[in-house]
Amino acid sequence: MSQRARMVVFGAGVLGFAAVLVWGLGGLPDFGDFAGRYGQYLAQHSLPERHATSSIAVTTFDFRGADTLVEEFILFTAAVGVVALLRVERASEEVPAEPEARRRPTARSGALRSLITAVVAPTLVLGINIVLHGHLTPGGGFQGGVILMTALFLVYLGGSHLAIGRVSPMAAMEASEGVGAAGFALIGLAGLVIAGAYLENFLPFGGRNHLVSGGDIPLLNIAVGLEVMGALLIVVAEFLDQRLLMREGKL
Amino acid sequence: MTAVQIAALVAVALGGTAVVMAREPARQALVASVYGFALAILFLSFQAPDVALSQIVVGAVALPAMIVFALRKIIRREEVDRGEQ
Repeated sequence: MSQRARMVVFGAGVLGFAAVLVWGLGGLPDFGDFAGRYGQYLAQHSLPERHATSSIAVTTFDFRGADTLVEEFILFTAAVGVVALLRVERASEEVPAEPEARRRPTARSGALRSLITAVVAPTLVLGINIVLHGHLTPGGGFQGGVILMTALFLVYLGGSHLAIGRVSPMAAMEASEGVGAAGFALIGLAGLVIAGAYLENFLPFGGRNHLVSGGDIPLLNIAVGLEVMGALLIVVAEFLDQRLLMREGKL
Repeated sequence: MTAVQIAALVAVALGGTAVVMAREPARQALVASVYGFALAILFLSFQAPDVALSQIVVGAVALPAMIVFALRKIIRREEVDRGEQ
């Protein structure tokens, strides 16, 4: 196809796309004027029916729990895929980790190391707080799980490979990922056995606005938090060749 | 629309363009982190704190970190290929 013909095809495509886009945007409701009935239903029913104040958590972990189960397994599968690829590559090509001479603390400035050491514990507490209050306030297992991962990863940034191996051992992280993913699926199964449907909420709903409320939603949040933290730390550790270093007895 | 929402929309538009304009991958990862943060403020200003929180942890932290790790790995392999152990 000549340059000219290609431009004609491209131009026709762009004009057609722009026309349909403008037409579609013209038919949207006015700004801030959306009145979806599903949203109103959820906002009205989540608190009376589940006693949990975050209607988003009630929707994602209860009314639409199976959807979240699949989403959780997307991350699980992605982490397993990264681990498999990197380990196969390492076994066949033997690209060595950082040479001994160049391995040094990631943060060489004393002030930076002190600062990072100081924020590790608060970050950890923030992550736990967000996971545990997922059914009451914005946040939840996913967001809290990434924050927990950040807290442990700060140890690597502030120190060296040495400390991260001790703080988040590979085996524990793999267990955390597995227990989290399986925990979600098993809580769903418990709903099937006790309440009659998969992921049906089978625990007492508790008092409104209490830490223990919303039935099994807090448990599901904890499971997701463990899974997300474990999965991300495994991926990070694989990228940093932590396992290779450990096998050589250097950690 | 409030002033914060307009400012956030403009910041996201500029940020997205900046990510495309930054051609060097390592720098692009950092620009993407700033863009992710602008996106989080946009979500927050449109009253979606849950999505904003996810956006901060994923868009501003996890995604740029993964890009930087992948780049580090590629650079390390090129060093090995050139025979620098």
